[in-house]
Amino acid sequence: MAKLKEKAYRWIFTVLAFSSLIFLVGIIIVLFKEGLPVFKEVKPADFIFGKAWYPTFDPPEFGILPLILASFWVTVGAMFVCVPLGVGSALYLNELAGHRQRAVLKPLVEILASIPSVVYGFFGMMMIAPFLQNLLHLPTGLCAFTASLTLGIMATPTVCSIAEDALSYVPKSFREASFAVGANRWQTLVNVVIPAAGSGISTAIILGMSRAIGETMTVLMVAGGAAVIPHSFFEPVRPMTSAIAAEMGEAPMGSAHYHSLFAIALVLFLITFVFNIVAELISRRFRIKLGLGG
Amino acid sequence: MDRRIVKIEARDINFFYGSRQALSSVSIEIYKNQVTAIIGPSGCGKSTFIRLLNRMNELVPNTSLKGAILLEEEDIFDPSVDPVEIRRRIGMVFQKPNPFPKSIFENVSYGLKINGITDGNFIEKKVGESLKKAALWDEVKDRIHENALKLSGGQQQRLCIARCLAVEPEVLLFDEPCASLDPISTSKIEELILELKKYYTIVIVTHNMQQAARVSDYTAFFLLGELIEFGKTQDIFTAPKDKRTEDYITGRFG
Amino acid sequence: MKKHKVTQNIGFALLFLCMAVTLFFLGAIIYFITIRGIKVISWEFLTQVPRNGMTEGGVAPAILGTFYLTMGAILVSLPLGLACAIYLCEYSPKSALVNLIRMSINNLAGVPSVVFGLFGFAVFVKYMKFGVSILSGSLTLGILALPVIISASQEALTAVPQSLREASLALGASKWQTIKKIVLPTALPGILTGVILSIGRVAGETAPILFTAATFYTRHYPDSVFSEVMALPYHIYALMTEGTHPDKQAAIAYGCGLILLVLVLLISTIAIVIRQKQRVIHG
Repeated sequence: MAKLKEKAYRWIFTVLAFSSLIFLVGIIIVLFKEGLPVFKEVKPADFIFGKAWYPTFDPPEFGILPLILASFWVTVGAMFVCVPLGVGSALYLNELAGHRQRAVLKPLVEILASIPSVVYGFFGMMMIAPFLQNLLHLPTGLCAFTASLTLGIMATPTVCSIAEDALSYVPKSFREASFAVGANRWQTLVNVVIPAAGSGISTAIILGMSRAIGETMTVLMVAGGAAVIPHSFFEPVRPMTSAIAAEMGEAPMGSAHYHSLFAIALVLFLITFVFNIVAELISRRFRIKLGLGG
Repeated sequence: MDRRIVKIEARDINFFYGSRQALSSVSIEIYKNQVTAIIGPSGCGKSTFIRLLNRMNELVPNTSLKGAILLEEEDIFDPSVDPVEIRRRIGMVFQKPNPFPKSIFENVSYGLKINGITDGNFIEKKVGESLKKAALWDEVKDRIHENALKLSGGQQQRLCIARCLAVEPEVLLFDEPCASLDPISTSKIEELILELKKYYTIVIVTHNMQQAARVSDYTAFFLLGELIEFGKTQDIFTAPKDKRTEDYITGRFG
Repeated sequence: MKKHKVTQNIGFALLFLCMAVTLFFLGAIIYFITIRGIKVISWEFLTQVPRNGMTEGGVAPAILGTFYLTMGAILVSLPLGLACAIYLCEYSPKSALVNLIRMSINNLAGVPSVVFGLFGFAVFVKYMKFGVSILSGSLTLGILALPVIISASQEALTAVPQSLREASLALGASKWQTIKKIVLPTALPGILTGVILSIGRVAGETAPILFTAATFYTRHYPDSVFSEVMALPYHIYALMTEGTHPDKQAAIAYGCGLILLVLVLLISTIAIVIRQKQRVIHG
């Protein structure tokens, strides 16, 4: 009787453990099932490389190159903000901040990470956009540059936390060995600590990128929304996520437009999927390198 | 003294971690109401051996066992035997005191409750008895509902002993019970062991030879996974038959 | 030798600057939203329904909606996530299957939130015909929170010393008794931290509820799990991008932003405090 109960519990937990896998597979199936029908209307190559996104025109055009490029521009721009800020802050926390300072600063960084993206978007819209518009005499503050800046601020705590973890795994003996040959703290940091934590820091950067490219509300609110191939950082753009969020409500169920939005989500999913796999491979290698086990 | 009753018998035990052999051909008899000490240098397999006696080895993945261990003539590794039942009959005290982060009372009553006992009066009586047997009652009787983690290391270890006693085991296994304790706590535990052997069969792993000499009736010397010598403690320490035993107890290696 | 010292000082100054800029943005966000939001916060704002085409009145239905959606999401993700963590930490043999589960958890955590929204829309709203409702939104958000709950629970379970499990098993407790009476109570604060963190995360999510649960304007409180609801984060977005009175609406948006910010900051502070206390106890 008791043994039967034990077995029953083991089974329940085993079955429930598969929920994540089921949902992940479910997401993939839904994206393919709802996304693929668009290719009855448009060839895959024309979809990915088409330069015009006019889904509601007659005849409609489904070229998502402007959306893909917008996503990449904004993400790369965000990297210029969050990589120096995030990694720099992580180094400061790990290397310079004392025990007490760290006890205050680390929670603050975590709080920054917990602010909802819609609040970042709102902040970008109300503060950063008007500020940049006045400062740089732009026709509109809602542009790729503002989106990059806002997204960058948003991704900074993600990058910082993961990079800080990686730095804290660097064994003390590495530092001591460097001090012992007469290197100062900066030299030790640049020549020993950063290279040792290198792949951990790369993981942080890739995950930050993955977060930025998949972010929706912020770019929806501040990127401006024009679905044209970007020429300048100071023009409005429409990244993939904002196209999905903005148009889903209007696309008639089962129409080519509807399916095309799922197809965009599929492209987005595949991009972030690759990012995540790469990040995981790198971090696994990092852990093995430092002897932390797989 | 020669009416020895065999309580546990290990027959030709071979034990492997993956492909590494940790015990080879160990055979030994543990006598009822006697204290048997297992000594040997670290890595000799003494902890591995004692963990086989209540099937705790099964918590480590990737191990394999050949041979048999008989508890009153019944093979504890027989597939029909429930390890849970074996562990009820054979209590174990670990190297580091490991009280649950609960009250003293809850710690001692835990074993009773998981065995389905709900009678409050009985539980209370049993907790008191066990704490008295473990020589802890006088020190904690006024604060029995306080968190056990507030006790000192030595008190915690006696609490862990009381926790074992509450489920009325037949055998008590001690895996280096004093390894993390100060000398005063250690001597209290040793006194306790001498007292407890009236009721229980006791096996104690120790790397401290004086301790083995003080508390045990029989001593087994392990080296590199083999049982080198087994006999009355007095004989082992005064007239060892094997050269390696003599080298170890006279401190020539270890 | 002197040159090295100068390089070091410049380098350290740069690192300090990075930290300072990061904190500056945190301060700026909190400062501006507090200063402007506090003006519209009143008892009426917190307890009344909106009036006059979203330009007057309060945001009570949005607060309530966010509460329902968040609780619903936790009801979905806590049992699933905890069970998964228990399997991975207590039962699982190391195998390819377990690696597959771990990999899918990591990848699920990286899926963009808008993709969860599409998934919820296709499966819960359309296929299962739950419609745009609290139920669809909670299920979608629950799946999104799953990886957070799993990894926090896993961390908490791993932190339970192996010696406690051994002590329990050595007393003749079965595996499930050991988990139920020793492992879970000991891990509880850690699991709680995970739950609180995911509440904070879920309460602020917008993209997943865009097409599964949220509506811009309703004067009614939800009366069943099949009602569509207003929600704070969505309300901020809607106020800024729809509607006809941008100025009046912006003021309300600041108010909503402040409520949401206070809510989320309070929640994550609680989580951080619990965790820190826990660290003190366990050393």
